[in-house]
This record gives sequence, C-alpha cells and structure tokens, in this order.
Amino acid sequence: MLLIQCPACGVEAEETEFAPGGEAHILRPEPGCSDADFAMYLFERKNPRAVHYERWRHAFGCGKWFHMARHTHTLEIFGVYAADAPEPPQEIKDRIAERTAS
Amino acid sequence: MSRLASGGALIDRDTAISFSFDGKKFRGVKGDTLASALLANGVKLVNRSYKYHRPRGLVTSGPEEPNALVNLGSGNRHEPNIRMTQIELFDGLEATSQNRWPSLRADVGVLNAAASRLYPAGFYYKTFIHPRAAWKHVFEPMIRRIAGLGRAPTEADPDTYEHQYAFCDTLIAGGGPAGLLAARRAGEAGERVMLVEQTERWGGRLLVDDDAEIEGKSARDWIAEQVAALEAMDNVVMRLRTCCSAAFDHGYALLYERRGDHTIPTGPRHRLWRVRAKQIVGATGMIERPIPFYGNDFPGVMLASAVRDYVKLWGVAPGQDTVVYTTNDDGYRTALALHEAGCRVAAILDSRADPVGMLVEQAKAVGLIVMPSTGIGKVMGSKDGVREVQTVPLDKGDDVELGKRLQCDCIAMAGGWSPVVHLYSHSGGKVVWDTAQAMYRPDPENPPRDRFGEPYVRLVGGATGALTTHDVLASAAGEGAGVPVHCAAEQPASPVWFTPSHGKAALGGKHFLDYQNDVTVADIRLAAREGFESVEHAKRYTTLGMATDQGKLSNINGHAILADTLGKAMADVGTTTFRPPYTPISMGVIAGQEKGLLFKPVRQTALHDWHAGQGAEFEPVGDWRRPYRYQKGSEARAHSITREIKRVREAVGLLDASTLGKIIVRGPDAGKFLDLMYTNMMSSLKPGKCRYGLMCNDNGFLMDDGVVARLDEQTFLCHTTSGGSDRVHAWMEEWLQTEWFDLKVLTANVTEQWSQFAVAGPNARALLERMEGDIDFAGLPFMGFADGTLNGMPVRVFRISFSGELSYELATPTSYAVSLWEALLGAGDDLGVGPYGTEALHVLRAEKGFIVIGDETDGTVTPHDVGMSWAVSKKKEDFIGKRAMERSDLTRAGRKQLVGLLTEDPKFVLPDGAHALSADGKRAIGHVTSTYHSPTIKRSIAMALIEGGVDRMGETLEIGIDRKTTVKAVIASPVFYDKEGARQNV
Ligand SMILES: [Zn+2]
Repeated sequence: MLLIQCPACGVEAEETEFAPGGEAHILRPEPGCSDADFAMYLFERKNPRAVHYERWRHAFGCGKWFHMARHTHTLEIFGVYAADAPEPPQEIKDRIAERTAS
Repeated sequence: MSRLASGGALIDRDTAISFSFDGKKFRGVKGDTLASALLANGVKLVNRSYKYHRPRGLVTSGPEEPNALVNLGSGNRHEPNIRMTQIELFDGLEATSQNRWPSLRADVGVLNAAASRLYPAGFYYKTFIHPRAAWKHVFEPMIRRIAGLGRAPTEADPDTYEHQYAFCDTLIAGGGPAGLLAARRAGEAGERVMLVEQTERWGGRLLVDDDAEIEGKSARDWIAEQVAALEAMDNVVMRLRTCCSAAFDHGYALLYERRGDHTIPTGPRHRLWRVRAKQIVGATGMIERPIPFYGNDFPGVMLASAVRDYVKLWGVAPGQDTVVYTTNDDGYRTALALHEAGCRVAAILDSRADPVGMLVEQAKAVGLIVMPSTGIGKVMGSKDGVREVQTVPLDKGDDVELGKRLQCDCIAMAGGWSPVVHLYSHSGGKVVWDTAQAMYRPDPENPPRDRFGEPYVRLVGGATGALTTHDVLASAAGEGAGVPVHCAAEQPASPVWFTPSHGKAALGGKHFLDYQNDVTVADIRLAAREGFESVEHAKRYTTLGMATDQGKLSNINGHAILADTLGKAMADVGTTTFRPPYTPISMGVIAGQEKGLLFKPVRQTALHDWHAGQGAEFEPVGDWRRPYRYQKGSEARAHSITREIKRVREAVGLLDASTLGKIIVRGPDAGKFLDLMYTNMMSSLKPGKCRYGLMCNDNGFLMDDGVVARLDEQTFLCHTTSGGSDRVHAWMEEWLQTEWFDLKVLTANVTEQWSQFAVAGPNARALLERMEGDIDFAGLPFMGFADGTLNGMPVRVFRISFSGELSYELATPTSYAVSLWEALLGAGDDLGVGPYGTEALHVLRAEKGFIVIGDETDGTVTPHDVGMSWAVSKKKEDFIGKRAMERSDLTRAGRKQLVGLLTEDPKFVLPDGAHALSADGKRAIGHVTSTYHSPTIKRSIAMALIEGGVDRMGETLEIGIDRKTTVKAVIASPVFYDKEGARQNV
C-alpha cells in the first residue's frame, strides 16, 4: 500500500485515502475532432513498466485532484504536483532523470 | 510415555493440564504445545495426508509444520486447519484430527494410497477432462468428498477481532538473538521500535542451542538481559504471539497477534496490526530442510532441529532410538541432545565423506557411531511409526546397493537450513541462490525500495544465511560495535536432495517432498519430462508448495530436483514468489470489527424511525434505506402497493424523497459549467425556474438525471438520483479541477442538509393550502419554485412531478423534517393523505413512461435511445458526451430504443430482464427494463429496450420466459396513462 503526500493539503496518508484516476496529461480533443483522435482520448492508455504520470484524488481527505510521477514497478514516487499543470515540473523531471540514470 | 525424567526449559511439570484429542482424554503440563503433549503421551499418528490419506506424524516443532493440522474447539468455536505445533495447551482444550473417515487409525481414503501409482502429477487434469458432463456430477463431488482439509464451522463466531494501526521507525520481526540485538541497538539510538515474535517466548533457537557464550554470559542469561533492557525502554513496544505476516509497499506491514488462543481472552481474540514502519528488519531466522528418501513420511521422521526442540524445550523424547541423517555439523547437536537426555542414538549418517570439527568430535567422544558418506536408502514402518532404516552409501556409482539395517523409532533429518527470506521477497526484494551454502539468500543489490527509492527491508541473523551464533549476532549488530561470542565453528555442508538418487536402489514414488499435498520426487521429475520446465509451471502442475504451509519445507528440495532433472544450475531454475501471509491468519481477524452493523454504514433519512413505526419495509438504495411500502396489519405486499398507488392517483400521498442528491453549484461561470455537465442548456434557465436535466459520461451514455433549479443568477441547485449524489458531486469536481479549472465555480453537496417530500395527487394543493404560510400554491406554475414558510417552518416548494399527478416537492432544513411531515399528515385525514413507498413511486412513474437511471439505462444507453433527444442541446458547442454521440455506433439505425410492451394476457407480468426474440426466435433483440402490474390501468405494463423499437409500434414480439416458454407482447408507447399530461396541469 503506497504512502502518498497530497500536494494540496500536505497530508501524508495511506493509499486507501486516495482514489486513482489513471494516466495524466491526456488532452480532451475539440468537439469537431476526428474519430481517431477521439478514440485515442477515450480509450488509449499507457501501461508502462516504468515512470508513469498519473492522476490521483485525495478522495477521503481534502478532495483535491493532483498529479503524481510514480514508477509502476519499483513504486518509487518522484513527486506530486498540481492537477492543472500541463506537464511535470522541471524539478520532478530532473529527479526522474537522476534516479533512473543507471 | 515419552516424557523425559528431567529437562524441558519451557514446561512446569507440577501443573498438569487435561485436554482431549479425537475424544480421548490426555494430560499434559503447563508450557506444552498440543504437539509436545501428544508426543509425551506417545501419540505419533496425528493426521492423514491430503491426497493419499497416508498416516502422518509431526515433522516440526513450529509454524512450518505441514502435517499436524487439527480441528480446534467445538460448536461455535470450532476452527479447522490449526497447526498443533503452535497451539499452547490449556485446560479443557479439545482437538480432533481431520481428513480421515471414519477414524484416524482406520481411514478408508487410504485406498487412494494403494492406488497411488494411478495418481501421478497432473492426474486430475488428464483424467477428468472427458466426458465434460461427468466433471460436475460425478468427478467433482467424489473428489471433494475424499479431498479437503478440515470442515468449515457452521455457526457464527462468538469471539471479537480488531484492527489496530501503529507507526514506528523500525519494525523488527523475530525475537531470537538477532531480533533482540537489532531491537536493542535501535532502541538505544532513540528510534520508535516495535519488536514482534510469533511464539510465546523470546530467544529463538538460542534457548535450544545454548552452547554459545555471549558477552561472557550464558545464552540464557544474555537473552534475559536483552529482554529486561528492552522492556525498560519507553520507545520500544514488544509483542509475543505476534507474527509479522507481510511486508508491503512503502513500509506497510501486517502483524497477526494471537491474544486468545492460549487463554480465554478479555477483549479481541486476534488482532491485526496495520503498521507503517520506516524500516523493517527481518530477524526471521531459518527453517531446516527435510531430506527426501524412500519412506520419509512415516510418523517418527522429523526435522533434526525439531527433535532437539522437543527434548530440550519440552522434555519429551520423540524417539527412544533415533537415526540422525545429516548433511552438516548442526545435525550432531541433535544427536548430542538425545544422548545427554538418555535416549539411544542408533547412528549418525553423514552425507559428507570426511566429517570433522568440534561437534563431530564431541559426538565421537561420547561414543556415538558416525557413518560418513552414508544416507538412508529405505524406511520400513507403519501407521504406528518408523521401525527400521536401511542405509545406502552415497559415494558409489550405479552399482550401489542398500546397506546396513538399523532398528529405530525416530529419524532426525538435518538437510541444511533455508533462510526465511519471505519479508524481503513480499514487496519486491530479490533472492539469490548461494551455491556454496546451498540456500537462497537476500540479494543486497535488489532490496525492496520505499517511495524515495531507498531500501526499507533489511534481513539480519539466520535470515541472511548466518549459521553460527557468532555470525548471527555480527549481522544483527549492524554498523555498531560487535558482540563477543564464543561458539563452535561449523564445517561446510554437503546437501543431499534425495536418496537414493540413482542405480537399482533408487526406489519409485515414495520420496515425499511436500507432505501436505503429497508431492513426491517422481512427480517433479514427471513434470519436468512433460515439459513443465518453469518452476512456476511445475509448481502448479504438481501442486508443490501450494498447501497451507506454502512450501516452507518442500520448495527448495523441489526446485533442486527440477534443476537436477533438467540438467540446469539451481540459479537458472529460479524460485517461486513468496507471498503473504507468512502463515495463515484467521478469517475473523481479516474482518476485524467490520461485521454486522459496522460492515458498511447505512444512511438513514430524518424520518427513518417514523417510517419504521408505520410498518415500513425498507429497501437499499445506494447506501440509503428507503421505505419500499408501508404494511397495514398483515396485508400482502401487492396489497400495500396498490393501496399506495391509488392514494396518489385518487387523493394525496407523501413520499420521503430526502435521499435525492442535492448539489449547489455557484459562481459567475456556474451556468457555463452546467452547460458542459448536462446535455441540455442550463445557462438559459431563469431564476425561480426548474429544468429536468440529463448527464452523460464522455462515452455519450446516460449516467444521471434530475431537476435543476436556478436559485439566483449565480446559484443552481442540482438534484441527482438517490444513489448518485456522491458520484455526481465527485464528477463535477473532477472536471472543475482537472479540465475546466479556469471556470469560477464552487460546488457543495448539501444532500443531508435538506429533507425533501413529494406531495402528490389530486388533493395535493388542497392539503398544502390548509397549512399556514405565504406560498401561493395555485399561482406556482409547473416547473417553478418558491421559498416561504409553512406553519412557521422554512420551505422551498418545487412544482415538479414524477407521478404525473398534481405534485409539489417540499424541501426543508433536515431539523424540521419530522415536524413538517407530521403537520402535513395531520392536516388532511379527510383528503385521504398518507405515505407511499418506493415501489408505488416506481409503478407511478412507469405508468407515465418516466425512466429510472439504472433500470432503463445500463451504461450503454444514450438519451436518444430512451426517446429524450429533446433534452440534448443542438445549440451548445460542447458538453460531456456530445462528441461521443456523433460516433457511428451511436447514430446507426437499429439501436435499441425505449418502448412500452403490453402483454397479450393483461394479467401476465413479464419477468424483469426477459429477452425479446427475433422473428426466427434465434436472437435476442432487446430486453425488459421495468415491469409491473398497473392498478391504474388494471393490466400489466412493461418498458423495454428493443432494436429499432420506435419504428415497430404495434408489432407483436415473443418474449422468452424460460427455455421452453415464450409469451406474446405488443410494442406500444411507453406512456401508458394520461398521455396528454392533463393531470399535472391543474
Ligand atoms: Zn489533500
């Protein structure tokens, strides 16, 4: 069971206090988009054995959504960041680069 | 009797304890386990094996025991599959053997054993495939009767169980020398420490193998000193009878504490500790390995370490005449212990060619016979135990012959030691095969890692492969100062995986690897020959290691034999995954307090007690309980429902609709936001007005519906379905926080702050006008609302209808709910006022063709499918579900559409979910979604989703009732009553 820190309220809590929301940074296409783009948005998800950017919600806490960079195999958490961030902050990218270099 | 005249560190000979086994009375002494007490009474046969029903005795003295499973207790405290070796004896203990019929000594299932040549690995897979039907009716019931462990209890468990949460810096699993020293060091460093030990005693193997001198003290004194020092530390928590069952991600561990198995508990019997530890130290020691040889499963064949445990801890001799079969120096300790206790040692068979060293010399010095390069070739015995062994030389080629015969009643197997690496492996640490020591050890390069990527599980002591007390304590001391230890040095072991392994003396199928599942060396070899080369495949094919002991004794021998058969190195064969829990834990402790009323909280409205007092029969709706109907006297269910429906159609009924979700959506962009959430336009709604709205998910499928009221320019009140309030609120928040975070909108779920009642029926207005207040009910238009007071109570009145009748919904702060409800009921006896339940509500709405989310929808249904295209905006540029509804599959002709069904026989009510058949009867073209008897139009009615249904009005369909029967029904409009809507517009 993961131990997660919510970036919105600062609480460090058990995984069961949170709800996972799948892959992060998926852009919702414009209303007139192609079937292929829409299918990609609705159904296509990554499932890497690697670093994964994902959405979580502090469901049984402050209720806020946030993003988390997590290794799906080692379960290392490289950082959490705001739900409205279009991409991971540089410091998290740097940490991932450093931690996964070898 | 086998109780020795002296010795037994754990027992108090002066306190007798009486107990029964299979109905027979026995006496033990305080400090005994059920295992040691039965041995002391000369009972060797304790169980029958699972598959062949072979007679079995104790193999071990601890939690790794594969054979000695019993039923413990009786009646509502009956519990199956408990290991005798872990049962501390108490007065009045009742145990019965299992997996035998009619009795342990005369078991008919033993026929299986006579036919054991017919039951090789994969036998069930190969044999019972054909004919298919026979599996269910013949083979499975037969196998189930013969197989299986103890019987599940049939009565409710009277004991209590609980979960506890704890946090610490360092959790130490195991209270042997390594655990005690690690705890002492961590405690002295000021860490918050939890030290747990699965048995009832501190000291581990040091209590038995007490020949070492530590820090100038005897082993026993050193243990006492550590325990006293730890007990004096405020930052150290110590728990006996507590097993670290599992280590999970990020330092999460489960501890299983048995508080009430050795005594009548005050408080919970078992406790599950849910611990978050920064570091987990596994001081879990080692388990000795048995040696597979021909006939190694007769009662009396035991681990060498267990033999000396029984002698030194409980003062019991497992045998009067023992053959020790060892691959290492440690086996000599057992021979010496037996000799010192006055028991005969027939011989020490050593796999090594030239055993030397301190322990070997000691044995020789007291006159024990040592036979180098010798193993056991064959065992003769019966259900009463071992009688004789025949030796086999281990240094001969294929012309090997069985050797000397030795009379004995006990065989002590010292096959080497396997570190208990489970906690390391549970959460991703790797183990590596150490060829020199012949054991799996933790791989320091691949430890389990926490969320920062740092190692958080560390093994110490025997669990790392340290064999001597010196090495054990050195590994536990960590970076701190070491502990001076004097103990015997040990020579390298020479592992033996099974004997005899070759030549004409190599005998068939009776080298048992996995005692509990009756897996033999021959089974593993067969699996390898048949291509199950992966260790994971061989395991599943043979069931090696899949019993309740999870292969603690058998896995490594099995993997070595697989490697040998395949001609591979052990390291290349690999090992199976160690999975939690380490030993089985009780079902009760898994449930903890979460049973009965605490299993899941139930939501009740403010009127719950009132409903109950009026004969309400409740039904679950989401987490709520709602009155399904109100029973008068002993009237039948259908009678209540008809009475309540007539009340609404002919007089006036009250419905407790408080469970409807109520979400406030407020802010300058609230209208814009709701335009995105609902399929219809909400921004154009005028303050003071209501609009029925539909919500779809991104796939374009209906997920919720409800009436939206615009309270003021910036504030909307969104009603949701009863089960949907939390889900819809979370859904709104998700979009606001993750997609449209630029919108200035706040939401609040006020479902429980407001109680809400429907007042429905032709007399509704007359009833409400009798109340004192400032609301103009006649002037309130359909789909309008007004705020005011009724009899001095604040209310908001919506003129909306889910029954098709003249109807108002009254919302009031929940604290007024009972007063308002009772005032309404008290005001109109002559108007026929009374309550109605959810079943009447459902029939009333079905008569009007109104959908219910979850009845008419199932997650694949669009608003267009249910005839609600009018509620899907064509003007809005975007809303959730818009793009999806343009997909080809959602726009194609022939989708299932909502229609009504009228059965040819008006009395016949279709079963819910019944399928409509195509003209040729071969295909389902739709299904019934709601179906009732309508008291209003006095016939059955149903709603259904039928392919292309809207264009098939008047067509007669066959509806399947069961395999043989169909009934005819005509497709009709789903609005069965008052199609013009005249009744609500009065
Ligand atoms: Zn939070």
